[in-house]
Amino acid sequence: MNNVLTIAMPKGRIFEEAADLLRKAGYQLPPEFDDSRKLIIEVENEGLRFILAKPTDVPTYVEHGVADIGIAGKDVLLEEERDVYELLDLRISACYLAVAGLPGTKMNDVAPRVATKYPNVAEAYFREQGEQVEIIKLNGSIELAPIIGLSDRIVDIVSTGRTMRENGLVEYERIVDVTSRLIVNPVSYRIKDNQIDDLVTRLSKVVSVED
Amino acid sequence: MSRLFMFEKPLGMRDTLPELYEKKHRIRTLMEDTIKLWGCQFIETPTLEYYETVGTASAIQDAQLFRLLDKEGHTLVLRPDMTAPIARVAASKLLQDDMPLRLAYSANVYRAQQREGGRPAEFEQIGVECLNDETVSCDGEVISLLISSLKKAGLSEFQVSIGHIGFAQELFLQILGTDERANSLRRFLYEKNYVGYREHVNSLSLSSIDKQRLLQFLDLRGGVEIIGTALDLIENEQGKQAILQLKELWDCLNDYGVQDQVKFDLTIVSHMSYYSGILFEVYAGKVGFPIGNGGRYSLIEKFGKNASATGFAVHLDRLLEALGSYDIENTVTCIFFSQERRKEAFQLAEKMHEQGQRTVLQDINGVKNLDAYTKKFADTTYLLGGRADE
Repeated sequence: MNNVLTIAMPKGRIFEEAADLLRKAGYQLPPEFDDSRKLIIEVENEGLRFILAKPTDVPTYVEHGVADIGIAGKDVLLEEERDVYELLDLRISACYLAVAGLPGTKMNDVAPRVATKYPNVAEAYFREQGEQVEIIKLNGSIELAPIIGLSDRIVDIVSTGRTMRENGLVEYERIVDVTSRLIVNPVSYRIKDNQIDDLVTRLSKVVSVED
Repeated sequence: MSRLFMFEKPLGMRDTLPELYEKKHRIRTLMEDTIKLWGCQFIETPTLEYYETVGTASAIQDAQLFRLLDKEGHTLVLRPDMTAPIARVAASKLLQDDMPLRLAYSANVYRAQQREGGRPAEFEQIGVECLNDETVSCDGEVISLLISSLKKAGLSEFQVSIGHIGFAQELFLQILGTDERANSLRRFLYEKNYVGYREHVNSLSLSSIDKQRLLQFLDLRGGVEIIGTALDLIENEQGKQAILQLKELWDCLNDYGVQDQVKFDLTIVSHMSYYSGILFEVYAGKVGFPIGNGGRYSLIEKFGKNASATGFAVHLDRLLEALGSYDIENTVTCIFFSQERRKEAFQLAEKMHEQGQRTVLQDINGVKNLDAYTKKFADTTYLLGGRADE
């Protein structure tokens, strides 16, 4: 069975690094691949089809099986808890999830509030600490929340820490390290096993060389 | 709660309209006929069961159970699967004499969905349970019947992946020593988190040979050739037994001639905690979720009878999805009649019904838009005005 393998790629930050990794693994991707505005790119000579999705949606496409494979950050996987195989740590786009806030502040005793793009991760983290906090879901500019008094703390992704410093925030706790992962739909993992095993072997060679 | 619209249904509940009903009915009949041909007996059990009995015996998570109270204050559940009710009825009634028993069902089961409320919370399963026969031949029979009934239903491209719950268990125990340590590694398998699994293995203080064994375990997927690899990894006697059972099963499936549809995958671990031996999942290319699953289980013990059983369940909606869209031929004839010729129309319809021809009787005065209405039928006959013999 020589089927086309569909790969869900995250648009934006991770995309270039992921494309780079695929090229190093010997996949012939066309030059227009990188600056295409198309949402679906067929690479017929490799038997691959790429769909370009919002990073947080990648695990959803893969869980439903419309994409066999996806590349997604561990942060998104922790937040979404989708039923997919997490096969390989691609070790790209390294960053971490952290708790941050204004320097020298404590959590409000009466109504502790945490703003975040990751409500599930934040809730699980504070529950493990034995703390009941109110989670406020935001979709962007999380740093704003403590500055204007919406919350005491934020839970957000930190890569260089620059955005946080520039907004006068400090990191309080580090929750978990994040890198991009190769994820696979459970049905595809069994039905397209040869193609997927080949891809995983080639990618894992590239990843381990870069150690 | 916001006010409900009059047309709303509880979350996850669906109506089956005539066209879909026809398709479902056809597939269900094809599956059921095959299952009956193999000598399984269909049974029905109540939709409501006690939470304390069937609810807790079932492997479906508590959060997914629909619960309600009866007049005495007992907690009831809408059955979340059929395996537990069948185990209950078998243990209390049917297993009195120690003989093999082949039961079957097609029934709706209920599971509340936490994510994306539109996912079906009520869905139909067709399945088979073979009780009181511990032989591998019986596991082989169940898998072959599954394959045969899917083929009869018209499914051509599908794969059954078979594993054994005992292998991972014994391999982990052999290398890690304690149940606790084995369980913490097994959790990564349940979560399908192979990155975490590898990191965990590498963090353990084990010999490099043992680490290698645990990592190699993840590659135990494929044809009959992995049996040899698996035997090399395991030293533990019970673990070897698990592999030898799979080998025997392979020979058995070969005898049934269904080996092309089958692959091994020792990494399959089910969230169904009652599985005790061989287990399997069925995949069809077009559907992103397994269309069926099954295996050997020891659930009947929970109901006080010492018997092992093996079975499968197919998710009818997913099977339908896997079969793709096809049109069912419209074979319905309509006889339009006027008052004067009603008797004649009834007699004609009766004759056609006897011949098995689907026929509708329609008083012509009941139809406002005749052109649009006639399009719904494959054929039409008009018995209008004065008598034909006049």
